[in-house]
Amino acid sequence: MAKIHVNTTINGAPTEFLCDANQTLLEVLRDNLGLTGSKEGCGSGDCGACSVTINGRLVCSCLVLAPEAESVKIETIEGMADGDKLHPLQKKFVEMAALQCGICTPGFLIASRALLAKNPNPTETEVRFWLAGNLCRCTGYDKIITAVLDVAAEMRESAK
Amino acid sequence: MSNPKYKWIGTRPDRPDGADKVTGRARFGADFNLPGQLIGKVLRSPHAHAIIKAIDTSKAEALPGVKAVVTAQDFPDQPNLIVPTGEMQVNLRDITRNIMAREKALYEGHPVAAVAAVSEAVAKQALALIKVDYKVLPHVIDVAEAMKPDAPLLHDHLLTEGADPPASKPSNIAKRIEFKKGDAKAAFAHAEVVVERDYSTQAVHQGYIEPHAALASASEDGQVQVWSTTQGHFQVRGFCSRLLNLETSQIRVTPTEIGGGFGGKTVVYLEPLAIRLSQKSGKPVKMTMTREEVFRASGPAPGGNIKVKIGAMRDGRIVAGECTVEMQAGAFPGSPVGPACMCSYACYDIDNVHIVGFDVVSNRPKVAAYRAPGAPISAWAVESTIDILAQQLKMDPIELRLKNAAKKGTKTAYGVTFNTIGMVETLEAVKNSAHYKAPVKHGYARGVAAGFWFNVGADSSAAAHVGEDGSVTVISGNPDIGGSRASLALMAAEELGVDYDKVRPVIADTASIGFNFVTGGSRVTFATGLAVVNSVRDLIRELKVRAAKIWKVDPEAVIWENGMAKPAGSNVGEFEPLSIADLAAQAGRTGGPINGHAQLNVTGAGPGFGVHVVDLKVDHDTGCVTVGRYTAAQDVGTAIHPSYVEGQLQGGAVQGIGWALNEEYIYNSKGRLENPGFLDYRMPVASDLPMIETILVEVPNPTHPYGVRGVGEVPIIPPVAAVGNAIARATGVRMVDLPMSPPKISEALEAAAPRMAAE
Repeated sequence: MAKIHVNTTINGAPTEFLCDANQTLLEVLRDNLGLTGSKEGCGSGDCGACSVTINGRLVCSCLVLAPEAESVKIETIEGMADGDKLHPLQKKFVEMAALQCGICTPGFLIASRALLAKNPNPTETEVRFWLAGNLCRCTGYDKIITAVLDVAAEMRESAK
Repeated sequence: MSNPKYKWIGTRPDRPDGADKVTGRARFGADFNLPGQLIGKVLRSPHAHAIIKAIDTSKAEALPGVKAVVTAQDFPDQPNLIVPTGEMQVNLRDITRNIMAREKALYEGHPVAAVAAVSEAVAKQALALIKVDYKVLPHVIDVAEAMKPDAPLLHDHLLTEGADPPASKPSNIAKRIEFKKGDAKAAFAHAEVVVERDYSTQAVHQGYIEPHAALASASEDGQVQVWSTTQGHFQVRGFCSRLLNLETSQIRVTPTEIGGGFGGKTVVYLEPLAIRLSQKSGKPVKMTMTREEVFRASGPAPGGNIKVKIGAMRDGRIVAGECTVEMQAGAFPGSPVGPACMCSYACYDIDNVHIVGFDVVSNRPKVAAYRAPGAPISAWAVESTIDILAQQLKMDPIELRLKNAAKKGTKTAYGVTFNTIGMVETLEAVKNSAHYKAPVKHGYARGVAAGFWFNVGADSSAAAHVGEDGSVTVISGNPDIGGSRASLALMAAEELGVDYDKVRPVIADTASIGFNFVTGGSRVTFATGLAVVNSVRDLIRELKVRAAKIWKVDPEAVIWENGMAKPAGSNVGEFEPLSIADLAAQAGRTGGPINGHAQLNVTGAGPGFGVHVVDLKVDHDTGCVTVGRYTAAQDVGTAIHPSYVEGQLQGGAVQGIGWALNEEYIYNSKGRLENPGFLDYRMPVASDLPMIETILVEVPNPTHPYGVRGVGEVPIIPPVAAVGNAIARATGVRMVDLPMSPPKISEALEAAAPRMAAE
């Protein structure tokens, strides 16, 4: 079967790739493009470790077919830092020990950034429900939730 | 909070691997690839129990793109020999049968063949072409069923070890163990209150988010390299060496970053298969499990049945305890029934204890360690029973536990006498906590439970190398599963008297540092931490020798203080202190590279005790439990990096909450797992939980230079019973079967309704 040619934008860079019709976006990111920061924890959209945004919308890349990437803007964890400057969420996650093993961390960061873009002033409950699609087995979520709330407050303060 | 005794210990710096882990740069198991690699996939038994009459791989081998196929025939058979692994023991005969079924498939998901092909798609096609001729046998899933004399027999050779009289006929009971202290029978006769209950728990999975993954490259000269996501790359090397008859020196295992393990990554599944496929194909072979494979075929933690009987006097003094644990081992012997038995009453000073345990095989995947293996199961039963006792005696559950708490000098039922421990301090901390002092909110009820874990020492090696600019690399060999690089670097910095960021901790592969036992048993910060401290001490000794050479004095005349060599006194002479950088700059003239080394078998792991408090409410219509407030207190020795210590308490507590409320392996009548995915195997998510408050009770371990105790395992022990105890107080109904999921609570409430109406 002929490969499908896809033109897309990943982390701001025009990108093209060839894929099979049944390949997921996650497979292409990881295997074809070497962007292994997005992780496969389940392959069924239950764990959120493969979270990316497509045109700003948070999705599980394991549930997106690679050809659907045509002419969209994809953001992955590899594009989150600005050069050598970590995103405030990345910095805070390290500072507050909001990760233990770190496998779920890229997904949580992408999901948290999507939350703050939509809702800069979330309550603890809102953060907990927004992140309910991301599984973490190490932290009990406590420090992740605290980090996101802290960053939200700091970003609001610096936006003033 | 920082520790006033120390400069670095007790502070909370950024972890050395932090930036890599928040940018996606850190490379986990599935992130490793080699040029020309093949993809390996495993064919698994669809049957819970079946004789493998024949396997025909010819069609798969003929498929274009298939480079190798292996079955049990490709692995040498192994002797009936038990070797240690992680916190458990494995039998080589069994483990070779677990990685690849030999005579029989013993559980659904049991590997029967594996292929390596140019792509995953071709590998999957090849699996479909392998023809296995099975003779399906009757199966048994439940422990109680498996113990019956007429149960389907998994292993014809299995005679119950420890049976009295000795077993003459094979059965599914692999082992009977017994611990006795005093005379429980006589003590029960004098007890004023006796409480007796039967409990059951279901198998649960460790639930690490990263599936197992391995990449192996075998060369024509017999050398093998493996990249594996594992808690113990030295164990991977050891097992692969045994299972494939390779010398350990021929296998070099590099641990990748590890995406959670909790005990489940202390054994091998894929690594020997990937090596064998690589040997046969002449290419590197990469294998990863799907989540479904992780559930069906990697070690869950066991379920079991527990009988508990506790006798006490009216003043709350417990005079006798009995406990019988029947535990699932999975398809091969080796459940953690030993630690389950030993931990059952270890929180308490009781004169008369009798504990019996049974290790029982059934047609389930072989269990693996899961955080304090076995202990949450017996603790759930004992701590629930103690709560019933507290209710009957109308005593505060903390007071009852304080009255019976183990302390220094308490002799356990398994024979050990405790040194300095913090059970009393931890109970007191909870008693005085804001949470416990706060009134229970309307509609909520409060539960309390305690837990004990031994903690582990064992073998560790470490090295400390000075770079030419005076910065220091600390090398050890335990995968960092939750921030251990930071704790090792903190101890090294403290010992050396230099800044934390002058020390770079590195985790070396099996060829680059001496042997290290697994990351498990809560041992890394304790035992490998001690190896690191000793390697730094060895380095300091060498640094002093170098300073002495420069000053032309005796090494004994040099002291090490705040990261500098200084003359021991004015009689030595007037010398400017020398920093590590000064000494490094002159190393070439004073004896060459400056390194320190240490290797030791670490003993004296200080046991840990935890006490948890939960406030929760139960929806009487749906049986749904909402956790409103949660506090975990623990005797942590010294908190080296308090954030990661808190993290251990919080994460363990939440795993325990999941175990209590939702998690279970569900089998259908054919012995097939019905919920092998995160949708149906329901682990806690963020919206299920409140913040988890922590209280770090620091009772230093006297055997460690910085007072370190392991902290990782204790926190999963108390939550199950704490939740159950709160549910009992919220509803008046005592749940005795796990999980306490909405349907089970609803059912229990309905069953109790007539009784409660009558009352």
